Amino acid sequence: MKRHTIAVIVNDQPGVLQRVSGLFGRRGFNIESITVGTSEEAGLSRMVIVTTGDDKTLEQVIKQLYKLIDVIKVVDLSANPMVGRELALIKVNAEPAARPEIMGVVETFRAAVVDIGTHSLMVQVVGDTEKIDAMVELMKPYGIRELSRTGVTAMIRGNAK
Amino acid sequence: MVAQNATLRSKEEIKENLRKPEVITGSEILLRSLVLEDVECVFGYPGGAVLYIYDAMHGFSDFKHLLTRHEQGAIHAADGYARASGKVGVCIATSGPGATNLVTGIATAYMDSVPLVVITGNVATTLIGTDAFQEADITGITMPITKHSYLVRKAADLPRIIHEAFHIANTGRKGPVLIDIPKDVSAELTLFEPVTEVSIRGYNPTVQPNKLQVDKMLKAISEAERPIVLAGGGVVYSGGHEELHEFIIKSGIPITTTLLGLGAFPSGEDLWLGMPGMHGTYTANMSIQSADLLINIGARFDDRVTGKLAGFAPHAKIVHIDIDPAEIGKNVPTDIPIVGDVKTVLQLANKDVKYAAKADAWRAQIAASKLEKPFKYQDSDEELKPQWVIEMLYEESKGEAIVTTDVGQHQMWAAQYYKFNKPRSWVTSGGLGTMGFGFPSAIGAQMANPDRLVISINGDGGMQMCAQELAICAINNIPVKVVIINNQVLGMVRQWQELIYDNRYSHIDLSGSPDFVKLADAYGVRGFRASTKEEARAAWIEAMNHPGPAVVEFVVRKHENVYPMVTQGSTIDQMIMGDAE
Ligand SMILES: Cc1ncc(C[n+]2csc(CCOP(=O)(O)OP(=O)(O)O)c2C)c(N)n1
Repeated sequence: MKRHTIAVIVNDQPGVLQRVSGLFGRRGFNIESITVGTSEEAGLSRMVIVTTGDDKTLEQVIKQLYKLIDVIKVVDLSANPMVGRELALIKVNAEPAARPEIMGVVETFRAAVVDIGTHSLMVQVVGDTEKIDAMVELMKPYGIRELSRTGVTAMIRGNAK
Repeated sequence: MVAQNATLRSKEEIKENLRKPEVITGSEILLRSLVLEDVECVFGYPGGAVLYIYDAMHGFSDFKHLLTRHEQGAIHAADGYARASGKVGVCIATSGPGATNLVTGIATAYMDSVPLVVITGNVATTLIGTDAFQEADITGITMPITKHSYLVRKAADLPRIIHEAFHIANTGRKGPVLIDIPKDVSAELTLFEPVTEVSIRGYNPTVQPNKLQVDKMLKAISEAERPIVLAGGGVVYSGGHEELHEFIIKSGIPITTTLLGLGAFPSGEDLWLGMPGMHGTYTANMSIQSADLLINIGARFDDRVTGKLAGFAPHAKIVHIDIDPAEIGKNVPTDIPIVGDVKTVLQLANKDVKYAAKADAWRAQIAASKLEKPFKYQDSDEELKPQWVIEMLYEESKGEAIVTTDVGQHQMWAAQYYKFNKPRSWVTSGGLGTMGFGFPSAIGAQMANPDRLVISINGDGGMQMCAQELAICAINNIPVKVVIINNQVLGMVRQWQELIYDNRYSHIDLSGSPDFVKLADAYGVRGFRASTKEEARAAWIEAMNHPGPAVVEFVVRKHENVYPMVTQGSTIDQMIMGDAE
């Protein structure tokens, strides 16, 4: 089972997300994360989907996506050198005594503290999935109160489109 | 000739009038657009959300509207119309329960790639999402079973959407397209401007194949010692039956046609092996299993054809020709993929294809097998045998009829014992296997072909799923000949319970069925019943010669099974040959 990251350029129509995610569910394809936002072109949205499966499954995923009338283009990003980024907000228990230690981790990860409560800190971290996983692991001992991850957005490096 | 020209001109005249830009309602836009798409017949059922549309149809005569007695009848009729004509079938239903009554029919058409435009009403845009009276999210419900769908937001979008919908439905891999029209949109006044062009970014079916791939196939043919063609519904849908015929004659490759491919190749010809798969011929199945080259033309390797996939065509190099790239490699790994329209691919191939010269021994072997192992049954003079009934229907109709079927044993016997020589003469629910399809689809087929004999073959079970449409036949004098093969049970289920569930017959007894002759009579349709060969032939001839609709019930042996049979999980060479062996 490999992890694949694909970009799906779709018409910005009501129901498109449902068509795409419904297709994955119905055909038994796995979705690890899905993000949607605007693209460089008005009227088109860009979805980035992380899915797992063998190469044959990926081929079917792409072919089935192309059958949707609102799908303009599908790119297998992970077949290329790519930049994949995710953002996470982590609200962690932080009594004043524990804060310097937490700040140390935050700095090492080039993360940021974006909110301070009387007993908690909110940490924002950006990076690839592995980096976020690592950060979450390191925060666990302090006690994570809330965690929110955006899922991956990604692009191919260099001039390729 | 003169009369024909006159009607042509008047049709154009109608259209000319309808093309004028004018401020009209969404409903009127819908009707005009349908006429401009060459729609001649619409099947539908009114209700609150489509009242404006039906109001606009009051006195409207530029296409015919048939009021069915159930929305399921409407959509299966539209489906039968499309399959028998090659044109897009159209049906209309109201919101909520009207729309959800279409779901089975939409799924049926989707599975068999049938072009339909399905129009549903919806509650007003201001009420959508409020659980309003008779609201259902029909675009959401049908997303997995439509090729595409539209929820119309304003009347001004209707001309484009309708034109796109017809284009999408009937190009590429065909399929049903749903247009959901909220009530306020059908009432809204707007300037109607007809749309004649389509440009849908992201929708460009590949029609022209890659020449290199076609050449690879031709090379494989020249090297093959045991080649076989497996042809499916795609041949019929692309209109490529003549090209297929040329391809087979030039190459000399034996051909088997799937259930939906019946009629794509003349059944009388030497190279035709019959149907493959679960109830296919011995020769077709055995030939697939020993072939060294299998050329799939417009079929989708359904599991009823392949049996256990792991052991399917184990020695064959696989060529797969399909307009839908997603079909290639979906079930069976493909050595030579050819994406394109079947007709176009075969035209290209026919320029260079050579006779498969190394396959002489193979052809001889197949010819012998065909003689030795045709479909067989044990006839009887005491009880009426269903296979005999189908053969008799074939003889008396000289093989010229359009045959529609329901689902079950009678469907398989019809596929086995009625012989098809022309495409679009065989209408059956293959992919979904929808009971209730057989009779209403015949109404559609007859509307598309007023001058042909249309025979609808049903079981006593399935006939009771849409029998109410007898009213349509009676009122409009649609001369469908409805055959009921009455074995007093859900036959196909009985067969499985006998063979696979150790004779444990659970809930298959259809006692309490109506007297079908009286039922027909109640609707004003001629009814006949036959229990012996003599009665059967006489009743059938009388029914066939009767100018209007007729129902003929054949009371047949209850315990008859369809053979050969490949049980699920077996490879297709593991056939149970049955009684006659
Ligand atoms: C709507 C629907 N419900 C159930 C089935 C399952 N099914 C397949 S064949 C069959 C029996 C059909 O019996 P009948 O109509 O009497 O035809 P026969 O097999 O006896 O020819 C059933 C119940 C189905 N295919 N479609």
